[in-house]
Amino acid sequence: MLDSIKDFAADFFVTGDPLIYGADVSIALVSIAIVFVLTYFKKWKWLWREWLTTVDHKKIGIMYLIASLLMLFRGGVDALLMRTQLALPNVEFLQADHYNAIFTTHGTIMILFMAMPMMFALFNMVVPLQIGARDVAFPFLNALSFWLFLMGAMLLNVSFVIGGSPDAGWLSYPPLSELSGSPGVGQDFYIWGIQISGIGSLATGINFIVTILKMRAPGMKLMKMPLFSWSVLSACITILFAFPILTITLALLFLDRYFGAHFFTLDGGGMSMMYVNLIWMWGHPEVYIVVLPAFGIFSEIVATFSKKTIFGYKSMVFAMMVISVLSFFTWVHHFFTMGSSADVNSFFAITTMAIAIPTGVKVFNWLFTMFRGRISFQSPMLWTMGFIPCFLVGGATGVMLAVAPADFQYHNSYFLIAHFHQVLIGGVVFGYLAGIYYWWPKLFGFKLDEKRGRWAFWTWNIGFYVCFFPQYFLGLDGMTRRVYTYGWDRGWAALNFTSTIGAFMMGIGFLFQVWQIAYSVRKGERATGDAWGGNGRTLEWSIPSPPPVYNFAVVPQVKHADDWFHVKEDKAKGIERPKQQLEPIHMPKNSAIPFVMASFFFLVGFGFTFHWTWMIIVGALGVFGSLFARSFSYDVDYYIPVDEVIETERKLGRSY
Amino acid sequence: MSPHSDSHGHGHGHHEEHNHGSLKSYTIGFIISIILTVIPMLVVFNGLMSRTGTLLVILVTAILQLLVQLFFFMHINEGEKPRYNVMALVLGFVIVITIVAGSVWIMSFNSVVQ
Repeated sequence: MLDSIKDFAADFFVTGDPLIYGADVSIALVSIAIVFVLTYFKKWKWLWREWLTTVDHKKIGIMYLIASLLMLFRGGVDALLMRTQLALPNVEFLQADHYNAIFTTHGTIMILFMAMPMMFALFNMVVPLQIGARDVAFPFLNALSFWLFLMGAMLLNVSFVIGGSPDAGWLSYPPLSELSGSPGVGQDFYIWGIQISGIGSLATGINFIVTILKMRAPGMKLMKMPLFSWSVLSACITILFAFPILTITLALLFLDRYFGAHFFTLDGGGMSMMYVNLIWMWGHPEVYIVVLPAFGIFSEIVATFSKKTIFGYKSMVFAMMVISVLSFFTWVHHFFTMGSSADVNSFFAITTMAIAIPTGVKVFNWLFTMFRGRISFQSPMLWTMGFIPCFLVGGATGVMLAVAPADFQYHNSYFLIAHFHQVLIGGVVFGYLAGIYYWWPKLFGFKLDEKRGRWAFWTWNIGFYVCFFPQYFLGLDGMTRRVYTYGWDRGWAALNFTSTIGAFMMGIGFLFQVWQIAYSVRKGERATGDAWGGNGRTLEWSIPSPPPVYNFAVVPQVKHADDWFHVKEDKAKGIERPKQQLEPIHMPKNSAIPFVMASFFFLVGFGFTFHWTWMIIVGALGVFGSLFARSFSYDVDYYIPVDEVIETERKLGRSY
Repeated sequence: MSPHSDSHGHGHGHHEEHNHGSLKSYTIGFIISIILTVIPMLVVFNGLMSRTGTLLVILVTAILQLLVQLFFFMHINEGEKPRYNVMALVLGFVIVITIVAGSVWIMSFNSVVQ
């Protein structure tokens, strides 16, 4: 009996590496600390009522933000471990298999469990406020999306200490990711982690399309909508068509692994290149999904901080829509070297280069907006200014990679690594950080400290170039991605060492940001409704910071694009908009079902990973039970009476 | 839920009585979709047809299945202007065609190699 338990535990828990024992201890300590703090301060009820069961888009946004920052930390630590291993030739810090697991989880976490939730955080925090709505179209589904994402992320992360991490690369190409190449459970954690969070992503995409199309304030025609909301719409359309492809591809891989099918195996009629073809049909649109909202954020910030209307509004909208559709026609550039015919490669080389056109239009529009503007350089604007040169170089090297014959030289070298980090960090991360700085005062009611923000900005930015510019040259010198060590004779030592220094500078930049937040929580400047010096242009700046639960006491009547700017201008001329009558506000009730249902999904995923049929059945019954319970709950909404609205607004310093 | 005027909709609870199909139409749709699933299964499991015939049956039943889903469950023929659902459907078809035709084109390298 004891022996069999020992055997089970030896398989079940990851053993043998001091780094992992260290992680075990820290996970246990952190869990105990959280339980202790919650119990000591009697906060369990508060946690349940205010957060775990909430359907408020602002709170869901904040939870997405916290989760994505934790994932940024985990993915960042992975990156630093890799850079430490590669700092000098023949380092024996990580073994080959451990290194494989780390670059796999780094990629998967950074794209799917850092970039995606940080994007959803911004969707949730901003879109309803920006279009004058009181919540998203489907608040219950919104909560469910968040919990599905979190459970999926936990499933992938738990593989670090239980069962073993996936180690077949962030996109898990077969045959390596098939049973023949990866017999362990890591790959199953990968499949189920992504599948479960993928349901959430798809639901969020649908939710925000409906929200934007159906719930805009009266008078806000589509062409009067703020550009961030436009970018969300274009990203969500792309999500709607791209994510099902990922789901199907991973489902086929699952059938191969679990039921012995042969979709992507080498024998039995399978074709592993089909997987590569399919996964990039999702993978390429995916990078546009994450970068489009960043474009929207920059458009808002550039206009606000240059104190000018955005240059070329219509061309911005058009460019984003073109990008979101064109993104479906470029996927082959990820595998030009597969050996397709010259026709195929030429076609996809040209479509890839074509995307540079609408992107270039956007960059010029931002520059023209700044031209002759009175620019104030606060954190959001700094990150925007950091983004433009960075993304430009990333875009230019992207066009270099798009040249199919030349790509045979760059393919899977560090040149490629440097390129996509330049667009993903320079575009997506800088963009989201700019957005977080910009809307932070709106959501939390205080500003983030500028001084520490500047330190963070400069260490991040300089660190970025020190880290990734050497990698272009490493790539041209023949260093391929995913090598875990190299010899002195290759001549890569100096560039690699420089790159590692840069990576640690970015790590320090992140620590500055943590310090900045901790400092500002205590000493941050209190934010007014129109938090950036009264220069806000869109509706979210017309309400208090943080907004009351119902956002808008009265739903605004929109007349112009940048309506809030016009309201203020009219007011200066002495023209006031007529006051509207307060009405009882219709709001959704909190629900425990999303959290419970997502937890059952976690059981399903865990059961499939370990082939525990009983757990799959329990989980599936729970999922269907939750669906059933939701179908028959009728008490899902309530009204906030006018008196209460008046009282809340009075406390926020606004009279009605 | 008490009836009330809800001018800009909060998205939870359907107050207006939209025609979202009746029990009858759902039942018919459900039965047809089951039949369309069973036919190709029987053909494949019992090896009733040649390879080309089997592929043809799967293709035809799949397309019919798509139509059943669109009309009986997605209510594609309902709803007012602007016809977002039609626009979405057109874009969907463009992308589906890209996926299928594109894959066939790209993966045909295999026959070139062999």
